[in-house]
Amino acid sequence: MSRNVGIASRLKRNKITEVVASGKRMDGRDLLDYREIQIKTGVLEKVEGSAEAYLGKTRVLVGVKFGKGYPFDDTPDKGVLMTNAEFTPIAHPTFEPGPPDERSIELARVVDRGLRSAEILDMKKLCLVPGKSVYMVHVDIYVLSYDGNLIDCSALAAIAALKTAKMPVYTVKDENVKLTKKTKAVKILREPLAVSIVKIGDSLLVDPSADEEEVMDARITITLDEKGNVCTIQKVGSVGFTRDELKTAVQIAAEKVEELRKNV
Amino acid sequence: MSKKKSKKTTKRFDGRKPDELRPLKIESGVLPHADGSAYIEMGRNKILVGVFGPREMHPKRFSKPNMATLRCRYHMAPFSVDPRRSPAPSRRDNEISMVMRYALEPAVFLERYPRSVIDVYAEILEADGGTRTACINAASVALVDAGIPVRDLVASCAAGKIDGQLVLDLGDYEDKEGDADVPLAYMPKTEHVTLLQMDGILSQDDFNGCIDMAIEGCKQIYEVQREALKKKYGLDEGEAN
Repeated sequence: MSRNVGIASRLKRNKITEVVASGKRMDGRDLLDYREIQIKTGVLEKVEGSAEAYLGKTRVLVGVKFGKGYPFDDTPDKGVLMTNAEFTPIAHPTFEPGPPDERSIELARVVDRGLRSAEILDMKKLCLVPGKSVYMVHVDIYVLSYDGNLIDCSALAAIAALKTAKMPVYTVKDENVKLTKKTKAVKILREPLAVSIVKIGDSLLVDPSADEEEVMDARITITLDEKGNVCTIQKVGSVGFTRDELKTAVQIAAEKVEELRKNV
Repeated sequence: MSKKKSKKTTKRFDGRKPDELRPLKIESGVLPHADGSAYIEMGRNKILVGVFGPREMHPKRFSKPNMATLRCRYHMAPFSVDPRRSPAPSRRDNEISMVMRYALEPAVFLERYPRSVIDVYAEILEADGGTRTACINAASVALVDAGIPVRDLVASCAAGKIDGQLVLDLGDYEDKEGDADVPLAYMPKTEHVTLLQMDGILSQDDFNGCIDMAIEGCKQIYEVQREALKKKYGLDEGEAN
């Protein structure tokens, strides 16, 4: 993130790097410890699915809305899954109202790619009339409080919300699509969850806080499904990773994702 | 292009071997008004990159007191894809601009130019899958062409999986139909991976295989990048090192 690195954060950086190099962290965690995870589902009434995830002081609300709409031209027989992320100005002093910036676009796209490339929904089953009418699934990520690691937190909330969602049932007669009062559970084929690992100095650590994200050298986010397959990777930050560090990162992610999975 | 006949052989859609790159051509110093520039053809990708700076940052409040800012813009021409696309930047373009910056930043000595900005503009004239990697290859050459000191050239290509086989440098068709796509950028001298993304589903072993394959591809691209610079600046092997 291209924030100005001022004097204060350079001091912060030195301190955090020093502590991390000794194998500890400012908040007392070990390098590979997540903060306390809490997930509540069904927190909203007007949506088909919702979940709120807490990762320490990071708090994300996800609402899942089902509707009907037109398919994309290149996939006329598939439903549409869209993920959007919004940073609310109440979440952190550095968040300002306005059009989505790089960070919220990245958050939405990384979570979106996690859901999409893992093919969590059978998109063909979400088609009502080929070429004319399909289910639209909107996953809206709403960041309510920011203390680092938004991607992992959002992926948890998104999966929890989709798993508990009840989708509306439509009847199709001669291409006429009618909404019924019935609902059914959403069938989830895979459960991709994200593990973000940041590099500070020569150390790799999971679940970065806002301070750690501010001073980190680089970050890699790895999304894995329940079988341990890798679904999405995203590397950001102004430093590279060596081949060995990447191998270690995938191992850490594969281990940590099991821990996260217990929460959804 | 004719449709391929046999699916069983190890040959790919376009007749390449699994670990073979697409035809690659890089030229440096192609734009008269840019401080540095490069043109790349990687498969059917045709991309021009112009570098401006180090120059004064506008708006000033975005400048950093201790280092230069690297600004990247990835932009696709409306006619670069079929069907035509809107020239307005999409969410995808914004994200690619960002990862391009992160791929190049580790190479540039930004601390030498406090308060200034280095703009890297990539214009995709024709797209054929793997545009972000092609942009990084050209941008890295253009930065050097602009006389900006770098630790190393950044070479970039993707590896992926299609029909159960790991393949290097995916074209448009393979990109869309394949199981997974892993774009990667690499600095051979420092042995650092500066761009890494992935889409699709891969086992951890296949993923590691893709990384190794892509790194090998990058090393080949690196040579082409060096050739492009040597050609313009007329250095022989000894001087270039």
